[in-house]
Amino acid sequence: MAESDNIVVETAEKIFADLADPQTINNDKKNSWQAPLWQALSEAGLPLSWVPDDLGGSGASLADGFALLNAAGRFAVAVPLAETMLAGWLLAQAKITSPEGEMTVLPASPRDRITLDADGALSGRARGVPFAKAAKHFAVLAHGKDGVCIALVDAGKGRIESGLNVGYDHSDTVTLDKVQPVTIKAAPDGVDQTSLMLMGGVARSLQIAGALEAMLDISVRYSNERVAFEKKISKFQAVQHNLARLAGESAAALAAATSAADAIANAKSFDDAVYLEAASAKIRCAEAAEKGGAIAHQVHGAIGFTIEHILHRYSLRALAWRDDFGSESHWAVELGKLVASRGADELWPLVASR
Amino acid sequence: MTAALRFDPIRLPEKCEQLRKEVRAFLAEEIAAGTFDPHKPNREDTDAPEFSRRVGAKGWLGMTWPKKYGGQERSFLERYVVTEEMRVANAPTRRFFVADRQSGPVLIKYAPEHIKMDILPRICRGEICFAIGMSEPNSGSDLFAAKTRATKTDGGYLINGTKIWTSSAHIADYMIAIFRTSPPTKENRRHGLTQFLVKMKQPGIQVNPIGQITGQYEFNEVVFTDFFVPEDHVLGEVDGAWKQATSELAYERSGPERFLETYYVLTELVRAVGPNPDTRSAEGIGRLVAQLHTMRRMSVSVAGMLQAGKEPVVEASIVKDIGTVWEQQLPHRVRDLAAFVEETATNRETLEQQLDFAIKTAPKLTIQGGTTEVLRGIIARGLGLR
Ligand SMILES: Cc1cc2nc3c(=O)[nH]c(=O)nc-3n(C[C@H](O)[C@H](O)[C@H](O)COP(=O)(O)OP(=O)(O)OC[C@H]3O[C@@H](n4cnc5c(N)ncnc54)[C@H](O)[C@@H]3O)c2cc1C
Repeated sequence: MAESDNIVVETAEKIFADLADPQTINNDKKNSWQAPLWQALSEAGLPLSWVPDDLGGSGASLADGFALLNAAGRFAVAVPLAETMLAGWLLAQAKITSPEGEMTVLPASPRDRITLDADGALSGRARGVPFAKAAKHFAVLAHGKDGVCIALVDAGKGRIESGLNVGYDHSDTVTLDKVQPVTIKAAPDGVDQTSLMLMGGVARSLQIAGALEAMLDISVRYSNERVAFEKKISKFQAVQHNLARLAGESAAALAAATSAADAIANAKSFDDAVYLEAASAKIRCAEAAEKGGAIAHQVHGAIGFTIEHILHRYSLRALAWRDDFGSESHWAVELGKLVASRGADELWPLVASR
Repeated sequence: MTAALRFDPIRLPEKCEQLRKEVRAFLAEEIAAGTFDPHKPNREDTDAPEFSRRVGAKGWLGMTWPKKYGGQERSFLERYVVTEEMRVANAPTRRFFVADRQSGPVLIKYAPEHIKMDILPRICRGEICFAIGMSEPNSGSDLFAAKTRATKTDGGYLINGTKIWTSSAHIADYMIAIFRTSPPTKENRRHGLTQFLVKMKQPGIQVNPIGQITGQYEFNEVVFTDFFVPEDHVLGEVDGAWKQATSELAYERSGPERFLETYYVLTELVRAVGPNPDTRSAEGIGRLVAQLHTMRRMSVSVAGMLQAGKEPVVEASIVKDIGTVWEQQLPHRVRDLAAFVEETATNRETLEQQLDFAIKTAPKLTIQGGTTEVLRGIIARGLGLR
């Protein structure tokens, strides 16, 4: 996933560079950058990357879409791009046409459940739903008595309690109380809540990896500018070693995330190998966000702790993204159970499966 | 971006999977025949000459080398698969792995043709063992402080001085070593070292074993007294060894042996907790597996870079840094997680024996092959900080 060998990524990066400059965003307390950015992204067909042409989207490959999310992470963009892409992907699984405008997915946590009543209405509560307040529609995964369904829901029909995550982005609680969906269809075999969480987790992993790349970049640059004790701080060995560790965390996050994206993009189903890849990516990227973010702040000293500096745009978002679609603790427990149930002698074959 | 550290998600080609099956079948036969016990990492049978020959006969040594030297012209990815399967099975690879990984490639690059034709096929057959003579009593991380002298004489050089921490020197047939051929210059303190091929087990070399805190003997002090090395055993440029060192290190630093040395305790932990672990064990295992998986994917990716003819020095250093810190912590994490394992777990004794050994092994992991601090210096240079 090099930056430039991909037209989707190239288009996105141009838009981000023009309309999502972190310093400009940081200075704009009224958020007036959001509408032009979203409009440009929509005109380029990016929010519906994962929706085929005949369902209203632009039909990019899974791989290109994942690369786009990595680029979005490098700019720490705070518009519902990943969420709309995921919603479009989910709807497309059930051949439901995607509407225009911002979307998000429900549930966004493996522990929440939306159920389908006998009379065709949806009920349930979903916490930590990213950008629910900004969404015009929800793509909902629900459990009915005949199995798993996928539904398109008008966002106005849900009750939304707004909240902010640790990165100051909307992370809301959505309650559906006997809501009639716009469209609802049975999910195809193999698409269930776990696959939605794995997809979401990998999307977040790529965003976290992108944010870490940006943090490494600005930290290296800062260390080459800031002078202390009559030297650039980049010349102090302790600072160099911290940055080397940050490079390691950034590299690990990117490797885990791109590997998982590659696995999903090339797998026929969400099998154990994909599960290992996707769960590992979310776990390892979350760990990298914690360790890497701490180092980036350390290198920046007090300036990086100010609201004026752009560092927090990356560091806090990377930390916040840990919580969506299952935290690292959640996935670690689930992955640990999977490994244990397969037994000791199956561990290496699983790890070495590709 | 300042630092384009990309680890592409290499997918192992189908023929690697076929090969993996062959290696697993071979190792299963060896275990059944009693060559080694995969559950006993602390055994003393590290010198296993017959096993080496059987691995050689399979075509699994010098796999990537030209056929005319006995190699198979296979890919780095295929070699990777063989290495990781051997490591995970705890196979006795000590006798051949330095030659296969490091010394052979150095000879291919720098030795005269007749020496290549003589030695490389024997490495491929698993007949000979190599040692690496870099460190000296006052020169470890600072390689360029090495003092052991090679003085020009008729038809070659006379060597005087001492190498130390030389793994396998007591069983080695050859050593590739650096010796001082001239003093460093004012402009370049790295100048003046030359790489030599040294034939061991000859008069003028004395190998003194050094015990390790694990209770094993793996490394040695090697004392040279007026030891003669013929002219054609000079490898590469006289006084220019420093230029040759970096690419050698990419091979040494990123392979699966750099995060799998204490892996066996993780398997045994999974066995001990059984199929229905409590939340604490499940989470601990899940995290360790996620970390392991990530490192392996990074390491495979570096093998892909080597296959593509690149010299991924920084990437390899990152893999070794993260990998060795991980394999060092692993036994301690496993010990933590094993604290509540049932007394009745069938493998409890094995697990405890393994932990005992792995905990004693752990301190060396971030020292051998270049310390963490030195690696982070290399990464910092790659980031443009020095
Ligand atoms: C099990 C084992 C097997 C080995 N096998 C071999 C072998 O086969 N052949 C061989 O040649 N060598 C071998 N070595 C030696 C190994 O390469 C050296 O131990 C290593 O390079 C460190 O050198 P040193 O031990 O002299 O430590 P020192 O160089 O004295 O280092 C001591 C400490 O100081 C730190 N330090 C030193 N310089 C710097 C610096 N510039 N910046 C920051 N920190 C610094 C080090 O990181 C370390 O923490 C082996 C070592 C071990 C443990």
